[in-house]
Amino acid sequence: MSSIRRISVIAAVISGTALGCTGTMDDLDEVPVQPPRGVEGGTELGEGNGPVWGSSDGTHSGDGEPLPADDVPVDFFLDIQPILGDNCVRCHGGVRELPQAPGRLSLNLQSRSTAERVLGEAGKLDKSILFMRITHEDPSVRMPFGGQPLPPETVNKLRRWLFQGAPWPQHWAFAPINPPDPKAVAVSDETWPRTPIDRFILNHLDREKVVPSPVADPTTLLRRISLDLTGLPPTLEEVDAFAADPSATAYEAVVDKLLGSPAFGERWGRHWMDLARYSDSEGYEKDRVRTRAWRWRDWVIDAFNEDEPFDQFTIEQIAGDLIPGATPLQVAATGFHRNTVVNREDGSDPEEDRTKRIIDRAATVAETWLGLTMGCTQCHSHPYDNLKQEEFYQLVSFFNNADDASSYERADLPGASIRIEVPATSDEQSTDLVEADVLQERTSDRRKTYLLSRGDFMRPDKGKELKGDTPAVLPPLMPRGARADRLDLAKWLVRSDNPLTPRVTVNTIWYHLFGRGIVSTLDDFGARSQYPSHPELLDWLAADFVGGGWKRKRLIKEIIMSAVYRQSSVVRPDVAMMDPENVLLSRQNRLRVTAEIVSDVNLAASGLLDTKMGGPCVFPPLPEEFRDLVKGAYGDFVWTDSEGGDRYRRSVYTLHKRLALYPNLSVFDWPNAAASTTGRLRTNTPLQALATLHGTVFVEAAQALARRVQAEAPGALKDQLVLGMRLATGRTPTGLEVDELEKLFMDERALYAADTDGAAKAVGSFAPPDVPAPDAAAWVMTASTILNLDEVINRE
Amino acid sequence: MHPIDEHCHLTRRNFLTSAAGAAGLLALLTLLKEDRVLAEVPGIPQLAPKAKRCIFFYMEGGPSQFDLFSYKPKLNELSGQPPPASLIAGKRFAFSDPKTAVLLGTDRSRTFAQYGDSRMWFSNLLPNLAKHADKICMLNGVTTTQFNHTPAQLLVQTGRNVGGYPSVGAWLNYGLGSENKNLPGYMVLNSAAIVNAGDTAWGSGFLPTTYRGVVLQPTGAPILNLGLPPGVSAPAERRRLDALARLNAIHKEKMLDPEIAARVENYELAFRMQSEAPQLTDLTKESPATLERYGLNREDPRVTFLDPVRRPAGGTWGRFARHCLLARRMVEKGVRFVNVFSGSWDAHSNLHPEITWFAGAVDQPIAALLQDLSDRGLLDETLVVWGSEFGRTPIGENRFSPATGRDHHPDSFTMFMAGGGIKGGITFGETDDIGWSPIKDGVDVSDVHATILRLFGIDHMGLTYRFRGLEQRLTPVTRQARVLTQLIE
Repeated sequence: MSSIRRISVIAAVISGTALGCTGTMDDLDEVPVQPPRGVEGGTELGEGNGPVWGSSDGTHSGDGEPLPADDVPVDFFLDIQPILGDNCVRCHGGVRELPQAPGRLSLNLQSRSTAERVLGEAGKLDKSILFMRITHEDPSVRMPFGGQPLPPETVNKLRRWLFQGAPWPQHWAFAPINPPDPKAVAVSDETWPRTPIDRFILNHLDREKVVPSPVADPTTLLRRISLDLTGLPPTLEEVDAFAADPSATAYEAVVDKLLGSPAFGERWGRHWMDLARYSDSEGYEKDRVRTRAWRWRDWVIDAFNEDEPFDQFTIEQIAGDLIPGATPLQVAATGFHRNTVVNREDGSDPEEDRTKRIIDRAATVAETWLGLTMGCTQCHSHPYDNLKQEEFYQLVSFFNNADDASSYERADLPGASIRIEVPATSDEQSTDLVEADVLQERTSDRRKTYLLSRGDFMRPDKGKELKGDTPAVLPPLMPRGARADRLDLAKWLVRSDNPLTPRVTVNTIWYHLFGRGIVSTLDDFGARSQYPSHPELLDWLAADFVGGGWKRKRLIKEIIMSAVYRQSSVVRPDVAMMDPENVLLSRQNRLRVTAEIVSDVNLAASGLLDTKMGGPCVFPPLPEEFRDLVKGAYGDFVWTDSEGGDRYRRSVYTLHKRLALYPNLSVFDWPNAAASTTGRLRTNTPLQALATLHGTVFVEAAQALARRVQAEAPGALKDQLVLGMRLATGRTPTGLEVDELEKLFMDERALYAADTDGAAKAVGSFAPPDVPAPDAAAWVMTASTILNLDEVINRE
Repeated sequence: MHPIDEHCHLTRRNFLTSAAGAAGLLALLTLLKEDRVLAEVPGIPQLAPKAKRCIFFYMEGGPSQFDLFSYKPKLNELSGQPPPASLIAGKRFAFSDPKTAVLLGTDRSRTFAQYGDSRMWFSNLLPNLAKHADKICMLNGVTTTQFNHTPAQLLVQTGRNVGGYPSVGAWLNYGLGSENKNLPGYMVLNSAAIVNAGDTAWGSGFLPTTYRGVVLQPTGAPILNLGLPPGVSAPAERRRLDALARLNAIHKEKMLDPEIAARVENYELAFRMQSEAPQLTDLTKESPATLERYGLNREDPRVTFLDPVRRPAGGTWGRFARHCLLARRMVEKGVRFVNVFSGSWDAHSNLHPEITWFAGAVDQPIAALLQDLSDRGLLDETLVVWGSEFGRTPIGENRFSPATGRDHHPDSFTMFMAGGGIKGGITFGETDDIGWSPIKDGVDVSDVHATILRLFGIDHMGLTYRFRGLEQRLTPVTRQARVLTQLIE
């Protein structure tokens, strides 16, 4: 187990086989695949030189090691499915099925009847064509065709599985949610669990004989929950108060306070914006700036702050315009779908681009709510899941009559009246009345939906009109009327018998609080997903989430109150080799914060942060070298650096321009919004170091922190250094750290004493009153050092 | 933890996300193989690599192949006549009306001649490049599926017609790592008036940002944020970094997190980059003869660009020459992939004067680069690629009357390669008499991609990255890309 765990993170990015789907609409040529002997020309399977049976009881492994008995249970999802996925689906049931293969071993075959001949019968391996094929000595017959023989342990797993009758249960994620009773979960230490969550975690730790980590110290814990809930560090007053009373009740009170902070929506709304591939520009050549996209962004932040139940949140975004008596805000919620890229290049075909947009909408809904990568099914039926190409276009059909529209609201009477219409030209820009980019359902001239061959809008299959429907592998749609519409789809997504939406949603929230999902493939709950590390916990959380009224704040609080969440994040040498990815959660994870929080933490520590919420985008200082790129292909966009408070707003308000991402943010993995982003990468690069050392915003933060420290702690240098560290990290530095900083300050002061011109420049426009320039400059360098500490941009 | 264990742990954990830890996928897989975690190294390397570095010239906008490489006397002969109806039927053009389209011959001043042992065709616009015919592998029948700039550019640069996918340079760096960690592994030198796809053209897509193209800044410090802030001297910076390293080390003792060590190493890389990158752009040690050969001191000839969007900034001739020289200096220093952009070649009208100007801008410097790489023994390991998103139509663009330009043409266009293990003196692919479509040895853009990877020893089917539940790769799954093995030495 341990070696598998060791590379699990890497295994997620490398693959033994290339099974990729591109999700684009290039020519889908038939690929010539040379069929192996015995299949060619439809000759019957089983011909050839005969299998290498080893021994007739099938226990010969080839390396002389004793094998587990045939009746040692095999877990299909853990043991078998990955083998089939890695070795078989490329030809059998994959994108490129061998023409002869589908009737013989189609891996997405639900019906057993045709598969039985291939798989054989329980207890009788000699009836299994599959087993014969993988063990055959003749490479022209043996599977995987043209490759190395499967390793003995792999063969053995398949052997046991076949012997046991080849059980092929319904894919775990599609099965109904089945929450266990946490009280029935055995734990070795009844005093450790604080919440039901902890029983599931401890139960797994017990199995591996690993004890949990101690609770983090109060300062670390407070900074952790502040960053996790609001994306901002705690204030010194909050630090002092919690240090004075770190009791369980005080902890809960702080959690409640942070959950109630408006900054909560700014942090958690941003995660939703990632999923919605939010951008303030349209992408493609013109990359036109969407001047009112922020209306939807503000809607999201408000929805998080009001803790709008996730079912309602879903319905309004999918079909807010179809809700009877919809309010302007409910209509504005459909702006979710307006975040698609738009191609306005001269000479491009508007219908082609519209088709791409509706395909993207369907794919994004499937991915965001259901964790299904259905983008592939625009070209072909899904290789691994039982998802048909036709079913994808049934999903597309929900969006085929939803036009891009604008909602207008009387500016002087907000909420009083609303008018939605499709602008005469889609190029029309804002008037005083324009409220938001929304969807509007057509009532006449409705378009018909057909399956598009290879996703090409020029190649509809007009033989069969497709109506809106949901994949057959999931619970049925049950529309309100004869014709299912987006509102039916929205309600289906959050219906109590839909197993995917709650599982996917709680998993994503868990990911944001631990840096790893219970299902590590956040955006893929299909057959190729990683099996949950804690399946019972996932189902318990999902059921608890739905049962608790789909309230995200409640769920987040539930997790944050747990003992597993509160653990120290100090790396465990005793566990690191066995569980380097910390799948077991024997400690909290130490996580580099997101791009926005890197910037926000710097601004908050320095006192520059302007916490004003909402409204049009802001333009923090842009590196001069970047101005050309940001202008765009037509040079028609000018980035004018914001002045005053807007220069230092939270990064969630910074203009996101798809073709020229703001460099301070993109260097820390700000998403490109080309597609839904569930989990961002957390890279660690020299260009990040250059940005935080030399970038204008970060230099100004250092200058401001230096001035602030000297103003708030006049007097002893040591006091100032302690204050600086506390503002940046929340904690009081050790004596050793203070000594290092003091030495740095002295060194820098000595340098600047000989360079007073440089000193004045280093201080910039943040000169503290009545301080000699060399001292002030030395403080700027010291402050910059503090802000560049690894700890500052990590949530520990 | 034992220091060696910790090192291994660090190397692997940061393998893809930390520049300091990243030695490339190849190195990681080799490590895992040594550990017997993997039975074999999938994807890379399948073959002994021929190429180690790549300079990819991107001629933004779509140059007219009829004015550079594709000699079509028949087209000149039929100029003014409608093209065969069979070619026009069902065609979509970006701008031209198929109903009234007529063929357009080249300007009367355009002449063609054959060069080198293989008698390779070049027009009189590329007299210098023509001298290197025996180094060049000319692909005359490249086709693409896209006929709008942005999707077509993305297809050539990233293998997909939509944004969000890694560029060729990002894939190579992901697969092979950087040879010189003090410099970015992927540099972008841009003198084009526009790049329609913006920085998605050299993006890392879903791969870590570590692998993204870093734009060489036109003025000041060569890399964004490389220059010291006002008032900060190099000694002041060094002291700050020393203190930072010590403070981070203290904290690492407490947290035991190897990521902290990786962060420290990245700060040191950033510091070394501050001295190494400016050396790259310091051309004072290059001889005047070299500068002359590349054409750094050339003045822009005067020409009228009808479309202001396509008009390059003043000094483009000198800048492009400088970029060619810098490209050589970069590959010498081990930069894996250098993307040199020129443009815009998108001449819907006014084609003759504009392409004369652009061909003049790039001919001498690229020729000088090929010669220089060859003289220094670098050409064998340096793959040079020249291409664009599509070509131009044999018909005149009839939005304008009279037609003086050509529309976007995805059905056939020209790319060429040299060095890096590709055979020289080969013309591969042939189009019909009017240059509409390939009639022999047509290649898809993805075939070019697969071939580039193969030259680096990589199987295009094997270099993959799991994203959105799928094993993504540079070449599409919807079409099996071919490695053009017959073009490889």
